[in-house]
Parts: sequence; C-alpha cells; structure tokens
Amino acid sequence: MAHINVPEGVPGIRSLVRFRSETGKPLYELAQALLRSPSTLSEADRELIASFVSSKNDCMFCMSSHAAAARYLYKDDKGIVDFVLEDYLNAPISAKLKALLSIAVRVQQDARTVSPDDISQAKNEGATEQEIHDTVLIAASFCMFNRYVDGLASLTPTEPEAYEAMAERMVIGYYLPK
Amino acid sequence: MPHISLEEHLPGITGLLEYRLDTAYPIRDLTQILLRGESTLTQAERELIATVVSAGNECKFCTAAHTAAADILLGECNTTQMVLRDLENAPVSDKMKVLLEIARNVQISGKRVSPSIIEKAKSLGTTDLEIHDTVLIAALFCLYNKYVDGLASITPNDPAYYQTLGNKIVNQGYLRSPHLIKKP
Repeated sequence: MAHINVPEGVPGIRSLVRFRSETGKPLYELAQALLRSPSTLSEADRELIASFVSSKNDCMFCMSSHAAAARYLYKDDKGIVDFVLEDYLNAPISAKLKALLSIAVRVQQDARTVSPDDISQAKNEGATEQEIHDTVLIAASFCMFNRYVDGLASLTPTEPEAYEAMAERMVIGYYLPK
Repeated sequence: MPHISLEEHLPGITGLLEYRLDTAYPIRDLTQILLRGESTLTQAERELIATVVSAGNECKFCTAAHTAAADILLGECNTTQMVLRDLENAPVSDKMKVLLEIARNVQISGKRVSPSIIEKAKSLGTTDLEIHDTVLIAALFCLYNKYVDGLASITPNDPAYYQTLGNKIVNQGYLRSPHLIKKP
C-alpha cells in the first residue's frame, strides 16, 4: 500500500501525479523534453538510459516501464534492452552508447565520480557535449523519479503485460494522465 | 573545469539551467511550486529539506546555496547548522525532525522510507500532502545535486556568492530571471 492516500489501483507515478497534478505537470513536461523531443540520441536509446538508471536504483516500476518503452522503440532489436540491463559492457550496442551508460551509472552512484576520462572516452566515441549533458540529466532525473515512486511506495504491477500496455502510451508521449 | 562548455559567469546550477532551456523550465516550475508555493510547511522548512538532501549528497554548491536561503528565511544560522550536525537536538518541531529524517532516507534510496517512519510522521499530525512534498523535494534535490556535480559545474569558494544567491532565491524565487531572458 502506498504511504499516502493515492487513487487505488493506479500504478507508479500515475497515482502520484493524480494525487498532486500541480507538481505532476512539470514532471511530465521534463520527461517529454528529455525522452521525446528531437535529439541526436534516439528515443529508444534515451528510454534505455532511463531504464538502466532505474534498474541501478532498484526501482522496479520505472525500470520495467521504460524497458518496455525501449523494447517497443527498438522493434526487432528489442533483445538489446535485457542484454544492457544484465551486462551493458558486453551488450551489442555502440561504443558511444556504452560510454554514455558508464557516465549514467556514475551519476546514479555518486555524480562527483564522473571523471574527465569518462568524458574524453565518450567524446572519442563520437558523443557530443549536448549528448553528454542530456545523458547526465536523464540519469539525474531518473534518480528523482525513482525516489518519488519508491519513496511513497506507489503501486508496482508485477505482470509484464501491464508494462507492455504502458509502453504503448509512453511512446506516444508523456502527457499528464486525466 | 566543467565537463561541457557553460557560460563562465554562471556557476553551479545557474549555467546548466541556461544550457538547455526546454528542460530547465519544468525543473524551475517544479521547484517554484514545491519551495515557494502555498504550503503548510514554511519556506524555511522546505529550504531545510533541500539543504539536508544536498548535504547528504555532498553537493557543495547546492548545500551552500540552500543553507544561505534557509538562514535568510530564518533570520539566524544556528538552526541550519544544528539540523545538519545534530538533528535530534536541533531547534525544529518534532514533526519537522521526522520529515527531515524521511528526506534523508529518500536521499539514500526511495526504498528506505519505511511504513513505520510514515506512521510516526502521521502520529505527529503530518498530512499526506506534507509527506508527498517532502519526498518530492528530496527527490528533486537528488536531481539537482547529480546534475550539478555530474557535469562538474563551477563551485565558487567565496561565501558572498552564496549570500547573493540565497537572497535572490528568497526574494525572487526559482523562475528564470528577466535579465537572463534578455541576453547581454
């Protein structure tokens, strides 16, 4: 049961933004800007970073929902999502994305440990400053979303089908639920 | 040196919020609602939550900035220092002590907020909205702390900088200042 009186049966962040839509609005706007606005990082890659950080924070709801969105967006390559969540350094993804995921995990653990070497590595693999910025901000934002969702003990569905249905909504965009 | 090119005259979070505006606007709006909007928690109490979380993440820039804001709102420096060093004996209400404890847990992991601490908060008269806002302020400052330190933005050493910034966030709030909107 959630720690506060949120609508029953509504999962994760959706229940929290229905509890307080005034704060929900900027939260969804931030997710939309980070994960859906035009970027040189694909929407699938950005969802993957979100899911990866959430898995490191052990936030089942965000990890599962963003993994489902990433699988949907990667289409035939959806297998890479579970590969990355399991062992990203050996996953069949670009060296650039690996370098960005290495930055993301440092942000998740202790952001002060992101080193000039991590940044050079990402730049050598072709990452732009904008992509590095966005990776850090996606990672930092999911450290917020994960804590919000788990800190209030919101409902976490356990059936994979629930997340597949969510993913279909998420790929359209992050709009405040009515 | 910051990991990306930021405007030199804008240290800490301030340059990051100018680096990408479409993400900065919702972050600023959220902060303004949570820290300056109508609430049964005072602005000083909400700044203390921000300070405790930033100190837990060892983010020097945010800790100094929100310490300054809390001190200005409180009119003294002792409370903030006591909250940071010895919460149990700090001159804040029992309810506030529990909320600050919840915030410290959120800083480590959302999963650490136990039903028993929530029960304790509620037994002291804390409302669901106060619990909600405490958790979200704590979570938001994890975003800020990680954003600021993850990109190695500049942390000024001069205490006067934080005094000025503290005054600005107390008197003008968290929305984008008009002088930034019309660029020099």
